[in-house]
Amino acid sequence: MGEIYDVIIVGGGPAGLAAAYSAWQNGAKSILVLERDREPGGILQQCIHNGFGLHHFKEELTGPGYAQRCYDLVKDKPEISIMVDTMVLEVRPDKTVCAVSPERGRMELRGKTIVLTMGCRERTRGAIRIPGERPAGIYTAGAAQRMVNMEGYLPGHKIVILGSGDIGLIMARRMTLEGCKVQGVFEICPFSNGLTRNLVQCLDDYGIPLYLSHTITQIQGKERVTGITAARVDEHMCPVPGTDFAVDCDTVLLSVGLIPENELSRSLGIELHPLTNGPVVDQHRATSLPGIFAAGNVVHVHDLVDFVSDEAAIAGKYAALTAAGKVAVAERTLPVVTGNAVRTCVPQRLRLTDEGESVRLFMRVTKPMRRVKLVIRSGGNLILSKNLLAAKPSEMIAVDLPAGKTVGLRDDLVVAIDEEE
Amino acid sequence: MDREADVVVIGGGITGTAILAELARYDLHCVLVEKEPDIAAGTTKANSAVLHAGFDAPQGSMKARMNVAGNRLYHELQEQLDLDIQWTGSLVVATDAAEEAVLHELLARGQANGVPDLVIWDGKKVHEQEPNLSPQIRAALWAPTAGICWPFGLAIAFAENAVQNGAEILRECEVTGIRTEAGKVTAVETTAGLIRTRWVVNAAGVEADQVSQWAGDTSFSIQPRKGEYVLFDKTAQPDLVKGVIFPTPSRTSKGILVCATTHGNVFVGPNAQNIEDREDTAVTAAGMAEILNGARKLVPKIPLGAVITEFAGIRAVSSTGDFVLGFSKNVDGLVQAAGIQSPGLTSAPAIARYIAGLLVKASKAALRADYQAGRPAHPTLRTLTPAGQETLIAGDSRYGRVICRCETITEGEIVDAIHRPCGARTVDGVKRRTRAGMGRCQGGFCGPRIVQILARELKIPVSSVRKETRASYMYYDKDEMSGGNA
Repeated sequence: MGEIYDVIIVGGGPAGLAAAYSAWQNGAKSILVLERDREPGGILQQCIHNGFGLHHFKEELTGPGYAQRCYDLVKDKPEISIMVDTMVLEVRPDKTVCAVSPERGRMELRGKTIVLTMGCRERTRGAIRIPGERPAGIYTAGAAQRMVNMEGYLPGHKIVILGSGDIGLIMARRMTLEGCKVQGVFEICPFSNGLTRNLVQCLDDYGIPLYLSHTITQIQGKERVTGITAARVDEHMCPVPGTDFAVDCDTVLLSVGLIPENELSRSLGIELHPLTNGPVVDQHRATSLPGIFAAGNVVHVHDLVDFVSDEAAIAGKYAALTAAGKVAVAERTLPVVTGNAVRTCVPQRLRLTDEGESVRLFMRVTKPMRRVKLVIRSGGNLILSKNLLAAKPSEMIAVDLPAGKTVGLRDDLVVAIDEEE
Repeated sequence: MDREADVVVIGGGITGTAILAELARYDLHCVLVEKEPDIAAGTTKANSAVLHAGFDAPQGSMKARMNVAGNRLYHELQEQLDLDIQWTGSLVVATDAAEEAVLHELLARGQANGVPDLVIWDGKKVHEQEPNLSPQIRAALWAPTAGICWPFGLAIAFAENAVQNGAEILRECEVTGIRTEAGKVTAVETTAGLIRTRWVVNAAGVEADQVSQWAGDTSFSIQPRKGEYVLFDKTAQPDLVKGVIFPTPSRTSKGILVCATTHGNVFVGPNAQNIEDREDTAVTAAGMAEILNGARKLVPKIPLGAVITEFAGIRAVSSTGDFVLGFSKNVDGLVQAAGIQSPGLTSAPAIARYIAGLLVKASKAALRADYQAGRPAHPTLRTLTPAGQETLIAGDSRYGRVICRCETITEGEIVDAIHRPCGARTVDGVKRRTRAGMGRCQGGFCGPRIVQILARELKIPVSSVRKETRASYMYYDKDEMSGGNA
């Protein structure tokens, strides 16, 4: 066994790169990023549209542009090494990482701390059980995006998109720009699951119809997709008989949700949250296993990469401080609990010292709402409230809890939406 | 250009490939023709993947005889052909007295069929073995010789062994007719030309009655019967079940079962629906609901959130009620291996010995002197020890590049799948040889990469790479906006 790294980072996407930079800024002397693709940057490399970086870099970048910025911050640091084309097979609780690469073969690497930044994957057709044949021409939106933007091929010419997640909306525009006909975007929910700006810029601007409360009830075609049947759904998301209609297409793109990629976390045995599908973390992004941190889409699916970078910077910082033995021992642990109309909140617990600490909470609501109040309580006391003009499940809400407000907290923190005017 | 053969086997499913491998032991020139781009593309790819013990079929039937013998042969062939089989045993469960009575019927029938070690367990013993079964279950028939397998892998293994021993497999070669002279087979007409032959083995699955009719034998017909399945992710419920769980059977079907797979997944199914269209493998909302409801009766905690895919397969049900095996009574040179519904997968090696035995006797062919019993080794990174992994990657660095991350399949394995005997030509062909794309992301991540590896290795454009069937093209060139690939 060779060198023991201060921090080993699993995944070289935006979260991994931000964690590496932050660990370096916070004094880590040896940082290793393991990336399975042939270059760092993760999924950003295929996101050639703009709209990235407004929060984090204060300017509008493309996906590859954002990735380059992240990479530029780490590339010439002698303390940071990046191994690409390297797949992590296993992470053990003793912080040994087993990986393989064509160049280096099989490796066992040791870290004082580990940051998990594996990102997320797309939900598939099977997971949502669409009836019909199994012809060619059905792709997740991200797989199609890679083929179109990075490899230079088209998945088809007449496109139907199921799901109004951001990748689906972005791909509706991309396919139109490539000269394809996008027949429509079908969304089973009565509201879109994408960012408002993407609805406007990707569908409205190109006259692409969005069918809310609709789903695909059948895929036709033996060898290649020849069409679909769509239908309206009721409030239980069941197709309404008699509302079905045929749509001619040769391609179905699926944008039906993202799932944090936690296979390594699961076999490592860290506690996962049933609703985020990611590790349960504290405000430092420490998981349930000592010295193992997690950040980015592997913890919970974000809609903006800027927040991924922010979150990963926290994980990188505390991984570095932990490796150096500089993290103060927490006096108390407080669970962060979701109340009315809040589906998830990260972090799920706070580990506080008596001095208190400023904490940013990221949450998603359960349904679209207007003019509501976000309230955070502890033991019946109102800690913080914030008026929200609008809240949507597709748009993550970030709230800062100043250090002063966390001093003396003793009881569970309950995060809820107050729906009364 | 016409080809010559001693035997033409029609159909590259489990039955055809097993027969081909058995015939390849002998000094016969054998050609297998398959209309799809790959073998194992029909019923063999979508079934329950169970190696049955042999208590279902009535005593004296070909099904009973071939099932029990086939099960025994797989125990022998497993090591020789490196077959992916686990002998998990199976349980037929009963929830009331009437069903318990059926278990005793099955036990008696199984014993008469020659199935070893059958025993009836009480509810306590059943739940010790399978703790996630419904508490309603009060007894079960335990058959320790039953197992689970990787069904296409079996056909692929037989095919590789056959090709290694000189047999020929022609894919994308569709039979269009059979020539006879004076009631005797002379040739098979195919989309790849005429193949002159003395014998034709009809292993054409759901189309076996059509093939038989072409030759002039209308003694049976095939009823296609669709069965739908739902597959669950392996991380969802580890050890949800350890083996095969059947409900008490009805008159027509073994019922909807819950079954482990050899790679740690669980699937449920099938239902049974007679259909007209022999290619109708569509899954239906009603069918999925039916099988999930059926499965919940056996295992209440079916993890609905962990579904990764659904599929449907078609059983070839013979009008005779049994397998149709042996020389045609009407056409000289036509050998039937038809009506192979369940337990066809289990029966395949026994059917192969039976059919080959008839042909060897008729042809007086001798054993080949250079016969090789095994097949080429196909190393897989994920199953090796750390030291073995190091050696493998040192020998070929492509085994260090993981392409399918859900199943940990490397580029080396995919390249091997393409270049081995009867190698993969399609994305699904790669999947059935390596498992790449079979995991929880269903090829979402590795799919584009596998398409590019296929294009590179087969030296074809990316736009010519197919998913599975003959015209299942996946991607188009950007400058070809008019569409079409051919």
